[in-house]
Amino acid sequence: MKSLDPNSINVILATDCGSTTTKAILIEKVDGVYRQTHRGEAPTTVEEPFADVTIGVVNAVTEVAELAGRKLVDENGRIIHPAKGKDGCDIYISTSSAGGGLQMMVAGVVAEMTAASAKRAALGAGAIVMDVIASNDKRRPHEQIQRIRELRPDMILVSGGTDGGNTTQVVQIAELIAPAKPQPRFGTEYTMPLIYAGNKDAGPLIAKVFDESIDLKIVENLRPVLERENLGPARDAIHDMFLEHVMAHAPGYDKLMGWTHAPIMPTPGAVGNILQTIAERQNINVVGVDIGGATTDVFSVFDPEGNGKVFNRTVSANLGMSYSISNVCAEAGMANVLRWVHFDMDERELRNRVKNKMIRPTTIPQTQEALVFEQAVAREALRLAYIQHKEFATTLKGVQQQRTVGDTFSQEVGGQSIVNNMTLDLLVASGGVLSHAPRMHQTAMMLIDAFEPEGFTTLAKDSIFMMPHLGVLAEVHPQAALEVFERDCLIYLGTCVAAKGLGKPGKPCFTYAIEGSTLNEKGEIAFGELKLLPLGPGETATVSIEPARGFDFGAGPGKAVKRTAKGGTVGLILDGRGRPLALPEERSACQATMGKWVKTLNLYPDS
Amino acid sequence: MAQAYTPGLKVTNRITHRVRRILPISGHVLVKVGDHVNSRDSVAETHMPGDVNPLNMANILSMPPSDVHECMLKKEGDPIEVGEALARTKGVFGLFKTEYKSKVAGTVETISNVTGQVIIRGPSLPISVRAYLTGRVVEVLPREGCVIESEVSLIQGIFGIGGEAFGTIRMACVSHEHELTEDLITPDMKDCIVVGGARVTDTAIRKAVKVGAAGVIAGGIDDQDLKEFLGYDLGVAITGSERVGLTLVITEGFGEIAMAERTFKLLESRKGHDASINGATQIRAGVMRPEIVIPLSQEELRREPESNVEGGLLEIGRPVRIIRDPYFGLIGSVHNLPPQQHVLGSGSKARVLEVKFDSGETVIVPRANVELIEG
Repeated sequence: MKSLDPNSINVILATDCGSTTTKAILIEKVDGVYRQTHRGEAPTTVEEPFADVTIGVVNAVTEVAELAGRKLVDENGRIIHPAKGKDGCDIYISTSSAGGGLQMMVAGVVAEMTAASAKRAALGAGAIVMDVIASNDKRRPHEQIQRIRELRPDMILVSGGTDGGNTTQVVQIAELIAPAKPQPRFGTEYTMPLIYAGNKDAGPLIAKVFDESIDLKIVENLRPVLERENLGPARDAIHDMFLEHVMAHAPGYDKLMGWTHAPIMPTPGAVGNILQTIAERQNINVVGVDIGGATTDVFSVFDPEGNGKVFNRTVSANLGMSYSISNVCAEAGMANVLRWVHFDMDERELRNRVKNKMIRPTTIPQTQEALVFEQAVAREALRLAYIQHKEFATTLKGVQQQRTVGDTFSQEVGGQSIVNNMTLDLLVASGGVLSHAPRMHQTAMMLIDAFEPEGFTTLAKDSIFMMPHLGVLAEVHPQAALEVFERDCLIYLGTCVAAKGLGKPGKPCFTYAIEGSTLNEKGEIAFGELKLLPLGPGETATVSIEPARGFDFGAGPGKAVKRTAKGGTVGLILDGRGRPLALPEERSACQATMGKWVKTLNLYPDS
Repeated sequence: MAQAYTPGLKVTNRITHRVRRILPISGHVLVKVGDHVNSRDSVAETHMPGDVNPLNMANILSMPPSDVHECMLKKEGDPIEVGEALARTKGVFGLFKTEYKSKVAGTVETISNVTGQVIIRGPSLPISVRAYLTGRVVEVLPREGCVIESEVSLIQGIFGIGGEAFGTIRMACVSHEHELTEDLITPDMKDCIVVGGARVTDTAIRKAVKVGAAGVIAGGIDDQDLKEFLGYDLGVAITGSERVGLTLVITEGFGEIAMAERTFKLLESRKGHDASINGATQIRAGVMRPEIVIPLSQEELRREPESNVEGGLLEIGRPVRIIRDPYFGLIGSVHNLPPQQHVLGSGSKARVLEVKFDSGETVIVPRANVELIEG
């Protein structure tokens, strides 16, 4: 990596090489502030007949160059740097998820402890975890070996045991992996990288288990003691091995790696990076979601105990809006999808439509009816992905807890979810169905219905899926990354103020008083009611809430709350529908309820 | 971009087709460049390492892992048969010995001092790769496989179930709009690739399995029928490994949809010929569509080839099929290509085209919702 002086950087070029599209953005210093100025895209060229990722990169960059009136690629097809006048850029960075991203298998001794920590490390590094092998995963050893043989991961992460503890069990796991001789996805010449991040005493024993068909890297234990995770060294090793092995075998990446001024990062790893940076700098709790055609990634940064931010990422492998749309309907059940639709639809025809979308994933909804259905599916995909995320993002399991007399009646044990909707400050959406919804109101309601935020939550969307670029930029120039994130990346939709608790429809839920330069209003919200108030981008207002008995806005049931709410393209949404959000089970009553909410928010103006 | 590229599926009566036939791990290639191979011939073979059977001998014999080595009657690399003694404890003063007889045959691969685990590797599993395409070997990839080339009629489907299969093309329907029902499947269709017209029903597929047909090709299928046939709801379009008794190739999509007339006519023109089909479908990075490959006879090779139809540019006059509701399955031609974005009924803005049907009626459709078909 070349050394960089942040003060001399005025022009930044960033690309994200996705499975189908390579996206390029240009960031320039305008009036002393970094702004994203131009963007371009081109088909990714990892596969035949091109088999060279740099062709797609150059095409996307050329589009940016034409729009910006800046020459970025020289006659030899290389990116020009450093910038001189109207030519070139000061730094070039890139992320990649082409070829299906980084696919890993992880193993640990106990599924809920070291194996869970290993999975967190792999996901945090931006990998797709194909399977988790553990001594107690209820599969017999020969079944585990068979599974390892069937998988074709890019990399394996093995953990197990605390430092100084028993070495036998983790060696036993290694002894299952070695004879299985896992085959990599890319070519027969590829040596399978395996990272060992378990009991340090077992390191030499592990090294004896594997032969030359495995490239073993031993790093610090990711769970040195049960009470603490140490995921950093394992994550770094994953990134290193990703570059050395996976990227080096992907067509054209050796060339691309020579061009970039920072290591190429897996796309989801970069998204996690920028969200962590934002959460830490602004001291807020953040949830981010990226819903794609095949998968849905959920990222969260929470401070569960007030002593540091904890980052988690999950990939819901088969929850997506095109390739996996059929799976969403199968997992959620068509009845759950249809509860978000406010008119009648023929179920048999819908099933065929869903399958047709699956086999022709690039089609788009032409009619409002098709759009309403697609957004209903999106709510369920997001809801299921968030449930999976909450179940995964927990406090450490297996930790011995010291209890005092005061804890006598507390039922809390290790393994509680650290994702708390009441303390969530910012919810960021990205991915086609959320980013490209014709009305931002639709994006906001998809987020609220699926994630059910409680109390005060700011809603935003990633304007042009810029988070990956900014995530890798944060590694080399955090200031530029933050400035662009705030100014150009996020489009604020507004704030959702939602009551936690349940009541009877029509009975009082809360009263509100809003004071702001553009909005001053008082009123009452009944249970089951929604209200949208105008609070535009850049505007704020002080919102005072007096909850009815049993309803909570963050200060406890029935206790008043006063907070500042941020405006946006949608406005201020007062949500008296209660949490957990429930819709009538009877279909016509459900349609009527949904129809009322659709009208209040003006979601589909022509319906 | 001034032009729109629209994907399409290959439907051609003559094309030079190449297939790579590769072993999953290194092995022996049985053919050389220039060889003529039949679709069912083996072109490469190898042996996969056998199944692995781990035994925790320390637990089985109730001893510390470090003592296991001494008690082993077989050493690393030794073969072992079922019922043969694998390990025996020393006992107390030579008495009360415990013995473990192997329940599997194979070779002792490793004996661990750390865990007391013994790994027995079963006999290796032979793997062979068939030619799949009747044709000529044009390239040999040492230890990996080969590339075979042939002049064929090729039809790509949109979706399939099941892997590679071989059989004779047999027409069951009289027109591309004719539904393939149970009564059209007859016992003499054994080992044939049965061609339907429009939708195929679940009962027709089951009957085809019953009579021993190698495959079924149809225009459409109802999702409910597919679910009933498979026994589960297909969540993700990654198929090919199903073992359902035959290979199914759907050419157009889900629902009551007729096969494209040209596809039907092409299949009809090749009835009685040997064909290879593969239902494997993968609709993610590295798209794979199911296919029907019919090698051409010497006589057919002398005829002039027709133009190929696949992805290309949307141009006025080109025939297209609409692939999304509300006009799903309808066929027309490009009437107009307005350059500006159009606000759709959904409220989204998108680039569109005007499609003209045979009736003279025209409709506006997003460019993403059409695919090119035969000219």
